[in-house]
Formats: sequence, C-alpha cells, structure tokens
Amino acid sequence: MQEHSVESLAEKSILYMSGVSKSFDGFKAINNLSLFIKPGELRAIIGPNGAGKTTMMDLITGKLTPDTGEIYFRHDIDLTKHDEADIANLGIGRKFQKPTVIESLTVFENLELALQGKRGVFESLLFKLDTEGKQRIEEVFDIIGLGAKSAHAAGSLAHGEKQRLEIGVLLVQNPDLLLVDEPAAGMTDEETEQLSNLLKRIQGDHSVVVVEHDMEFIRSLDTEVTVLHEGSVLAGGTLEQVQQNERVVEVYLGR
Amino acid sequence: MKNGLINTLLKDDKASQRFILILMAVSILVPILNLLVPESWPIHVSTYTVTLLGKYLCFALLALAVDLIWGYCGILSLGHGAFFALGGYAMGMYLMRQIGDRGVYGNPELPDFMVFLNWQELPWYWYGFDNFGFAMLMVLLVPGLLAFVFGWFAFRSRVTGVYLSIITQAMTYALMLAFFRNEMGFGGNNGLTDFKDILGFDLQSDYTRCTLFFLTALSLALAYLACIGIVKSKLGRVLVAIRDAESRTRFMGYRVEHYKLFVFVFSAVLAGIAGAFYVPQVGIINPGEFTPINSIEIIIWVAIGGRGTLYGAVIGAILVNYGKTWFTGAFPELWLFMLGGLFVVATIYLPQGIKGLFDKWQSRQNTATPTAGA
Repeated sequence: MQEHSVESLAEKSILYMSGVSKSFDGFKAINNLSLFIKPGELRAIIGPNGAGKTTMMDLITGKLTPDTGEIYFRHDIDLTKHDEADIANLGIGRKFQKPTVIESLTVFENLELALQGKRGVFESLLFKLDTEGKQRIEEVFDIIGLGAKSAHAAGSLAHGEKQRLEIGVLLVQNPDLLLVDEPAAGMTDEETEQLSNLLKRIQGDHSVVVVEHDMEFIRSLDTEVTVLHEGSVLAGGTLEQVQQNERVVEVYLGR
Repeated sequence: MKNGLINTLLKDDKASQRFILILMAVSILVPILNLLVPESWPIHVSTYTVTLLGKYLCFALLALAVDLIWGYCGILSLGHGAFFALGGYAMGMYLMRQIGDRGVYGNPELPDFMVFLNWQELPWYWYGFDNFGFAMLMVLLVPGLLAFVFGWFAFRSRVTGVYLSIITQAMTYALMLAFFRNEMGFGGNNGLTDFKDILGFDLQSDYTRCTLFFLTALSLALAYLACIGIVKSKLGRVLVAIRDAESRTRFMGYRVEHYKLFVFVFSAVLAGIAGAFYVPQVGIINPGEFTPINSIEIIIWVAIGGRGTLYGAVIGAILVNYGKTWFTGAFPELWLFMLGGLFVVATIYLPQGIKGLFDKWQSRQNTATPTAGA
C-alpha cells in the first residue's frame, strides 16, 4: 500500500527526490532527504542557516551530485546524470540568492540570451532573433514589467528590478520548474510585495520552489511550506500548522 | 555579397568605420611614400620606418587577439606570446628552408645551426617546411592545436581567474626553456635568422618590405572585421555573459567551456598569424619571444588602449610600442620603469584606457553642442 502511494507520487511529481544524501568532509549537508513537487505547485522551503537549502538547489541543478539517493525530473529524467547546462535546457531554471544578471548587457539582451533554442557556439554566431522570440520576450515583459527599461544596461537596475529581471530570464526559457533562492533578501517592502505577486502569478504555468528566511514573505505567498533541518524534512503543511509544530519552534528558537 | 557583410558589420559603428578607413589609408600611403617618392623629399618614408610600422601592426594584431579573450570573455592569458612565437617559428622554419645552400656552410640539406651541431639529417618535424602552403598551414595549426589542448583541459576543469593566468604563464615559460635547448632542433638560443627570401622575393628589397607591410595591415583589418563579427553576434553576448556572470550563463544552458575554447583557439590562431608576419619583417625569431615578460607587455598594451573595444587594443599596442622605440633610443635604462608607471597610471586614472579618454572628450563635445537630441 505504502509502496503504491510512493510510486504514484513519483508519477505525479515534476520533481522527485528520494533518500538523497550529500556530505562534505564527513558533514552531512543533506541527510536522507525526500521531497515531491507537483506540477504547477508553489512550494516554500524554510529552515535555519545550515539546514541544507542551497546544497539541495545545487543537487537539483547538477552543480553537485548526491552520494546516495534519487532525483528525478518529470518522473523519468535522472538529474544526477546531467550537468548544469543540460539541466537548464531540460527545463529547470535557477535564481541565485544574490541577483545575478549580465550587468553589461541590456535588459532586452539578457532576455534574448535566455530564449529557448540551440545553445551551440556556431548557432550563436549565426543567431537571428525571430518574431516568435520577440513575442516571447514581450510576454515576459508583461509578467515582470521593466518593458520601459528594455534598452537599459542591466547593471543600472535597482536591486528589486534585477531580481525581477532574473526571474524574467528564467521565464523566457519557459521552464517547468523554477528554483528561487532567498528572493526577498535586501529588498524594500514594495519590491517584496511585487515579487510575491509575481511568483503567485506564474504558479500553475510553472512549478516554483522558493527557499526563504523571511516569514512575512512566506506568509504573503500563502502556500504549502516545508521545513528543512539538518539536511532533511522536519515538518510540512501550511505556515500556521508549521508554526505550531513544537519541533519547528524548538529548532528556530532553540538556537 | 562580401560588401554586404562588411556593411552590416560596420553599420552604426562609427569608430570601427573610421578605424578601418585609417588602416586602409595607411596601408596604401606608406608603401607609396616609400617606393614612389624620392628619398630627398621630406615626405619620403624610409624603409626602416616601413619595417618598424609593420612590426607595430603585428603587435596590434596580437593585442587584438588578446582583447578578444580578455576584454570580452574575461580570460586573462599571460601566455599569448607563446602562440605569437609559435606562428613566428613556423614562418621562420619556412624562411630557413628557403636559404638552401646559401648558408655559411653551404649545406643544401641542413640549416647552418644543424651543420654546426654536427647533425647528419633533417629532423622529421622539419619536413614539409620547404613548402610555403604547408608552412602557412602550420602557422595556423600549431598555435591553434596547442590552444585547443591547453584550453580543453583548463576550461573543462573550470580553471578560471588568476589560476588560469598562472598556468598560461607557466606554459609560455616551459616553451621558452624547451626552445632554448639545442637538441630541440629550433636553433637554440640563437633561434632562426639570416633569412634570404620569401617565395623567391628578396627580403631586403623595398618592394618585398612594402608588400609585407601591406599584407600585415590587410590581415589586421580582416582580423578586426572577424572579431567585430564575433563580438556583435549573439556569440559575443554569450562571451560577455561568461565574463560578467559565468554560473548564470551555465544555468541559462550554455556550455561555457565550449565558448571559452572556441574563442581561445581563435585568438591563438590570430596571435600565430601576427607572429608569422613579424618574423620576415624583423628578420629573426628566437626563444626570447617566449619570455613571460612579453606576454605581460601585451596585457599592458590592451589595458592602456582600453580593453573590450578591439580598436583600443590596436591603438594601445601602436602607441606603447612607439613609446618603446623612442624611449629605448633616448633613455634605454628608463623604459621598463616607464612601462610600469604607465600601467599604474592607466589602471588608476584611465580604467577605460585611451579609448575611455576619447569617450569623455567626445561626450564633453556633445554637451557643448546640444543639437543632437538623444
């Protein structure tokens, strides 16, 4: 019975992690972690410092390979066998904690670079932007705003605008799964609100996993929360449920 | 068709248009002023000057190659002198074979230095260098292949930044030590020299010198256009992306190591071509060309000219080398201090190099005449 339900979870999930462990010099950063993300789901992941949030992102995006365990994408693609570029092309976008855009290119060029298409050296040399691509960029401008700053250097944008541009860069690729690492850090309240609206808007079309410290931000997302602690899942549920969980309180306040 | 391509490359790029025009004008004017204007006239350009200018243009091509990888892709190679020298050696080997039995020892089979070392036969790797086409192929292939193998390992292992710079430096140093050895069969510390002619044309004649000068200028122009083509395509924007945010580029789905490898090999081939033009004009190639100092000097030319602009690198190479010629004549012992001082001044006060100075001057002019509504 149990077996059957796990299998159907794998079938239904866009991301399936089971029994994943990763250690660095004997320190278990990720310890027997299992996590399932459904298509179109917006999931918030919280946890104290050192809970393994960034390592988890690194494992999913191919920057690291797990010591043990399985990571499957769209239930049949084994992510442990692919590198970052492959995984990006398969449809997993990653937003870094520090907003990372190509500062000396314009906002438009940043989006153009991320457009789906062949990624080879010679394809890039002969690349010409077609109407389909232009349309896709327009669509993304509708979602993230910034259309008026299309020709500005990305480096001249404000912090929150860079965050939105980076999410735009991910959206252009039309990924099935977006991983967003601590987006609210260093943002003004207004920027945070814009961002949370943006993330709520794109769920459904894309699965989104948000790793965040900021409880206010998590509350504004109004979605299922998973608590990570010492490399594995400690609790899950709505934010209210999680906040009433004694072990979660202990972990957060006990330190 | 070709014109169309050049037009699209240079469209809306005033600086490059001007640059190509000046370069073409110089490449035609200098030979005319040397060959057709009598020596007694003040506007006559001496053959010495033609050769000197030709040498500067070779350095300019080398600087262009370095700017492409450093200015656009952030690869700081401190070993590009090695690719230059290898291209030079390939050309030198052809020129050695052209000497035939006119060497000091009159041996029709072996170059002088091999006779001197008592070698009985030509080493296998000298085969084919009597053929100009083969030698020119080697000018492209040898630096290109070394860059490919070196880059393949370095970029795949994700060696970046200072670490990459250090191993490129080690590469050129190792090659220098190897080429200093007589057993290598490249003339040891004397290198290759005493060249007589190229494709049957006397290397000392004014006509040959002017032709070499013209061809150097032409290849610089073509290389410049090729670099512009790369830089203005999406490939160029991927290079900039790698320079600005390498892991972002990777997570966009680009295979960073392939891009780096491509541009590194292309740049090494350009450096090799520069070396091949350099050797017949200066008349010698020796292991001194591999010294790490040479490679560092290239970086200084590019920094002073303004990195990431291509033409800035060319201007930097020509000005610094003109300065070097003048200074080493007037105050030979002061030149290295000057060079170091220039680098410090450029880094602190002219982070954009001479090109940045132009830009400032131009924007001040624009604000002085606010007619152009931008």
